[in-house]
Amino acid sequence: MMYGKGLKDYVEQVPGSRSGSLFSERTLYPYVTGTALVALVYRDGILMAADMGASYGSTLRYKTIERIKPVGKHSLLGASGEISDFQEILRYLDELILYDNMWDDGNSLGPKEVHNYLTQLMYNRRNKFNPLWNSLVLGGVKNGQKYLGMVSMIGVSFKENHVATGFGDHLARPILRDEWNENLSFEDAVKLLEKCMRILLYRDRSAVNKIQIVKITEEGTTNFPPYSLKTFWGFESYENPTAGEEGLW
Amino acid sequence: MEPSLNDLNEPHSMGTTIIGVTYNGGVVLGADSRTSTGMYVANRASDKISQLTDNVYVCRSGSAADSQVLSDYVRYFLHQHTIQLGQPATVKVAANLVRLISYNNKNMLQTGLIVGGWDKYEGGKIYGIPLGGTIVEQPFAIGGSGSSYLYGFFDQAWKEGMTKEEAEQLVVKAVSLAIARDGASGGVVRTVTINSEGVTRNFYPGDTLPLWHEELPAQNSLLDILSAPSPEPMST
Repeated sequence: MMYGKGLKDYVEQVPGSRSGSLFSERTLYPYVTGTALVALVYRDGILMAADMGASYGSTLRYKTIERIKPVGKHSLLGASGEISDFQEILRYLDELILYDNMWDDGNSLGPKEVHNYLTQLMYNRRNKFNPLWNSLVLGGVKNGQKYLGMVSMIGVSFKENHVATGFGDHLARPILRDEWNENLSFEDAVKLLEKCMRILLYRDRSAVNKIQIVKITEEGTTNFPPYSLKTFWGFESYENPTAGEEGLW
Repeated sequence: MEPSLNDLNEPHSMGTTIIGVTYNGGVVLGADSRTSTGMYVANRASDKISQLTDNVYVCRSGSAADSQVLSDYVRYFLHQHTIQLGQPATVKVAANLVRLISYNNKNMLQTGLIVGGWDKYEGGKIYGIPLGGTIVEQPFAIGGSGSSYLYGFFDQAWKEGMTKEEAEQLVVKAVSLAIARDGASGGVVRTVTINSEGVTRNFYPGDTLPLWHEELPAQNSLLDILSAPSPEPMST
């Protein structure tokens, strides 16, 4: 029983999502954004990598943001795009997992189910012209079955053995297509991901040199400590590129 | 050159400099005092650091109206929350309330905030809530248009585990540097220090701030300079 207005009345809701409002809303552009994400299936499970940066326009504003988070017991969610929308998606998933646990029936939502939920979420928001401005990567292992999928902000959804978002789509996927195979060991998988992340560091303006790698296997999730990658600049042609040809770059 | 309406790389810049810094035992919040409407300075002594509860304050930047209304709502709800809880609200709860309203009204609001305070569970904490409603807990946060000039400064000058005095000096120095270069920031530097002992407000008028490059000491009049005695001739 409430006197006067409660918090809900002052918080504008997305039409149809909870108590509807009369405004038609549309998200026009993102503000605080995370860049590329790369993930692959390897022998024991899924490996996902992202840098820990969040940009504000062209400023590299935040440098220790975790863009890969565990979901329930069996999945990992990585996101690029608007961080506030990612944080909201994590809240939705918290609720989903909570209700799942409350059944207390020994069952738990696996990566396939979470991927489906996210697909519905993203596609329905897209239909209302109010997207969650993210590219999501959902990976996990349940009962020995490895799963890796992606959902874009317009609701395009698929599963694959290796995925990448943003710049990674252009720079990392060709490398993964070439070098991925069914039986990658953990070490090979890490090296492959690092190869991709290094290229992104060289060529993606919004990349930040602090990498978060997370592994998920049947046993569970392992968060590796953040670290920085070495970069290589010692090419002869890098040292004096315009010698004899002033004005060129 | 006409700025493109759909230039995804340029977020809206906001007239202000705001800072929040944690130190060993609490937080120091700082801000400039300029409120502008276009090129005119509407208020040269505004107070951009508003109280949410006894132990939590918020630095406001961006649209003055939006940030005032948002902090008014949060103050109202935090007051109720405190009564229901039976003890002071935590900084985390205050920050998340700010985020809730910021995020759910992202299309209409244009305000970036820094929430800072002290509670008995987590000590001094700073939360940055930029445009869009992302919430980020940080050891220090900077915001507003003046903050563009401070990223490099903080990269170099920030260190973990400062004392209260060091933190306050850092904040004052930083706001003063931003004021020197950002047209939308100016006036006085206000700070609010929050720790287990309570809250202290400080006020640093423009003439007490250090001088930076190409800035001259203030004089009452040219006439004072002219009538000053000429310097003594040098002798070995």
